[in-house]
Amino acid sequence: MIRMKPVDIVIVGFGWTGAIMGIELADTGLKILALERGAYRDTSPDFVYPHNADELAYGIRGELFQPLARETVTVRHAVSDTAVPYRQYGSFLFGNNVGGAGIHWNGQHYRPSPEDLEIHSHISKRYGQKFMPDDMQIQDYGVAYDELEPYLEQFEYLCGTSGTAGNLNGEIKPGGNPFEGARKKPYPNPAVADTYGAKLFADAARAVGYHPFPQPSDNASRPYTNPHGVRLGPCNLCGYCERFGCFMYSKASPQTTILPVLMRKPNFELRTHSHVTKINLDSSGKRATGVTYIDAQGQQVEQPADLVIVSAFQMHNVRLMLLSGIGTPYDPNTGKGVIGKNYAYQMMSSIGVFFDKDVAINPFIGGGAGGVQIVDDFNADHFDHGPHGFVGGAYIYGGQTGGRPIQQLIVPPGTPSWGAGWKKAAKDNYLHATTVATHGSVMSYRDRYLDLDPTYKDAFGLPLLRITFDWHDNEYKMSQFVTERAQEIVKQMNPKATSLTLRKPGDHYDIRQYQTTHTTGGVIQGASPDSSALNRFQQSWDVSNVFVTGASAFPQNLGYNPTGLIGGLTYMSVKAIRETYLKQPGPLVQA
Amino acid sequence: MSSKQPSSPSRRDFLRQSLVAVPAVSLMGTAAIAQTQSGTAATPAVAAGPKYTPRYFTAPEWDFLEAAVDRLIPSNEDGPGAVEAGVPEFLDRQMEAAYGHGGLWYMQGPFVPDSPPTLGYQLRYTPRELYRKGIAAIDDWCQKQHNQKFAALPADQRDAILHQLEKGEIKLDDVPTAAFFSQLLTNTKEGYFADPMYGGNKQMGAWKMIGFPGARADFADWVEQPGKVYPFGPVSIEGAKS
Ligand SMILES: Cc1cc2nc3c(=O)[nH]c(=O)nc-3n(C[C@H](O)[C@H](O)[C@H](O)COP(=O)(O)OP(=O)(O)OC[C@H]3O[C@@H](n4cnc5c(N)ncnc54)[C@H](O)[C@@H]3O)c2cc1C
Ligand code: SF4
Repeated sequence: MIRMKPVDIVIVGFGWTGAIMGIELADTGLKILALERGAYRDTSPDFVYPHNADELAYGIRGELFQPLARETVTVRHAVSDTAVPYRQYGSFLFGNNVGGAGIHWNGQHYRPSPEDLEIHSHISKRYGQKFMPDDMQIQDYGVAYDELEPYLEQFEYLCGTSGTAGNLNGEIKPGGNPFEGARKKPYPNPAVADTYGAKLFADAARAVGYHPFPQPSDNASRPYTNPHGVRLGPCNLCGYCERFGCFMYSKASPQTTILPVLMRKPNFELRTHSHVTKINLDSSGKRATGVTYIDAQGQQVEQPADLVIVSAFQMHNVRLMLLSGIGTPYDPNTGKGVIGKNYAYQMMSSIGVFFDKDVAINPFIGGGAGGVQIVDDFNADHFDHGPHGFVGGAYIYGGQTGGRPIQQLIVPPGTPSWGAGWKKAAKDNYLHATTVATHGSVMSYRDRYLDLDPTYKDAFGLPLLRITFDWHDNEYKMSQFVTERAQEIVKQMNPKATSLTLRKPGDHYDIRQYQTTHTTGGVIQGASPDSSALNRFQQSWDVSNVFVTGASAFPQNLGYNPTGLIGGLTYMSVKAIRETYLKQPGPLVQA
Repeated sequence: MSSKQPSSPSRRDFLRQSLVAVPAVSLMGTAAIAQTQSGTAATPAVAAGPKYTPRYFTAPEWDFLEAAVDRLIPSNEDGPGAVEAGVPEFLDRQMEAAYGHGGLWYMQGPFVPDSPPTLGYQLRYTPRELYRKGIAAIDDWCQKQHNQKFAALPADQRDAILHQLEKGEIKLDDVPTAAFFSQLLTNTKEGYFADPMYGGNKQMGAWKMIGFPGARADFADWVEQPGKVYPFGPVSIEGAKS
């Protein structure tokens, strides 16, 4: 084994949260090393026009994603089943290179609702403990919204988020989300203009009595220089956004917001093609001594470090903790243990909305986030759940992110899947269809968790992560309820036909259908080492010189996209590292 | 600090060139454009190109594929069929790519092919193997049932067999027919709609048919004109214009 010179801080995985950690720690002058398993990637030469506009390569074959041939996960529906590998991409997609999934995300940038962060306390108080089914094990984050607000803002100003404030210092503002928590400052940029599908949706939603607003977007609405002095250009709604890199410097990513500055810091080093396999511990098991990785030549390398930041994405964070033996693995039979606990996902439904030929939707005009309208009336606890008997909710989304024909072409119900009938329907409807969808939360449950698979291995011979997951009744009810609200809006849009994808009781989790890459939990944060793996600063309770960033810290999932909250939690964590931990290394919260 | 041009020179040149080539059609509906463009404006280089010789598929396999995709997306007045769009060529070229070799999939065993369909593809076959085995088995079955290979059967009979395959109603020894059909249909639509540089979607015919502008990827001026038909025809990555 090769042994490298020690560094002060090693960052494992260099995507969204690894980059934030890097830049926020760089001014300490400490020696920082980021290890990234993938390649270096930058707007030029990697995402340039016209090569980025290739649906087959990026959207379908997944050029930018983690090659599943080398490493995947296994999936089963129940604790008693045998898991099988996720052999082809479907349900979720993993990032793989410098920038991580931050390269090929949509840029839908949300804050959590205040009650999302204290969900267990909030639900108990408003509806009583009994409102939650026995096997639901939702928890508070250990961080309240007001405390997190400055960090949520910091991430929005890094990204140049385009949106309309709905609650400025407690004052409800027209055109924004009236249900959001109070923000101290408006969004750094005005909202992106609506695409036509979104406009039709918003008009209908208003007529029904709901409160549509433009989706907060990290596709910039205008040129923007962020606090690091890095510039973004305006988005042109190219329609090749999610699953693609941005050729316009318009989508916030580590490349467009942080790397131009961070890469020049003399005390920062990035090593690509460095796949970390383990966080090493000393003989006490209470202190990390660094990490082991496999380099481009396939050699094992030991990298000593005083502080280890694990920012390899939710699934990989959980796997690394399990492979390294940090924290007690979760046991679904006893409910004890923390690593792998509370895996959760999201539940979507969608409605295809088909108009006559005089309605020109032009579906190919779309940004990953911008140009879409949202109704948040039925998300989080924005409405009285009492009569409905479920926890959580969904936002309703109107418009489209693009009209890429292999993936995004939709046809009316009753259309055959091939032949002359399919072809005619594709031709007649393509330009005249849009989508209304719901984007819903999933709670955490005793029998939904992550551990190491006993059979299947990655290219290095290490066990794959195993997902045990299926839907619970609470989520079917949630999805049914919010989808009915979405259907009211669609009816008001007066289309000639609609199609519906809704997950109903009896439908198992289907890994063939893409829903979201918003997988959560497994290294959750919270108030006590008995119930969580990390404290509120994302520091391991067990090994205090290990911090773990990303959605693995979420004790259950939200109805929102996660990265706004992930970014906020990362900024809160890194501030505590910089201002407290580095001065006196040790636990930031006493167990 | 880093002040970057929001648009690279090559992109600007590319767009300028392609916009110059677009006739002043901004007041015409998309249907009208599709009509004017699908006929005479075709790039002759492609139309007159030499006939493609398959590299992976054998002659009988090639016959099967042409006969099958011709039914999946038939040629008619609505637009090009899969055969004239070059879908068989696309399929053959994909078989030579990492994708065809299963290089993009996790292919370690054990394989549990009778897992619930909701857990996704669990066969041991790469796309190349699935096509090879599937086509041989179906041709065999056709020979036994109808005394002819699939490609020699009339269109309505081919349609009926494809429906049976889709529903998994034909049982073959090694190959689950629904999985084979789903692979074939998915790849056929990919070839039909992917950029022409992959061998299908010849002359961007499928894009013209539906009104998709291909690799234009520049709509800043159009989002503020909601409901107006977008006037420009497609461009492709290698610079084909219409
Ligand atoms: C198609 C798509 C669309 C999305 N859209 C949205 C959206 O609109 N809004 C939203 O909020 N979120 C969205 N997301 C999710 C968002 O991308 C993630 O939440 C975010 O990137 C998470 O940041 P991270 O730092 O935890 O992980 P990542 O950004 O994925 O970075 C992890 C990095 O770690 C590296 N790594 C992993 N394992 C190792 C190892 N063993 N050794 C070394 N390096 C390793 C990976 O290669 C990667 O570069 C989307 C995701 C996808 C895939
Ligand atoms: S839609 Fe906008 S932000 Fe997204 S890739 Fe295109 S130009 Fe970039």
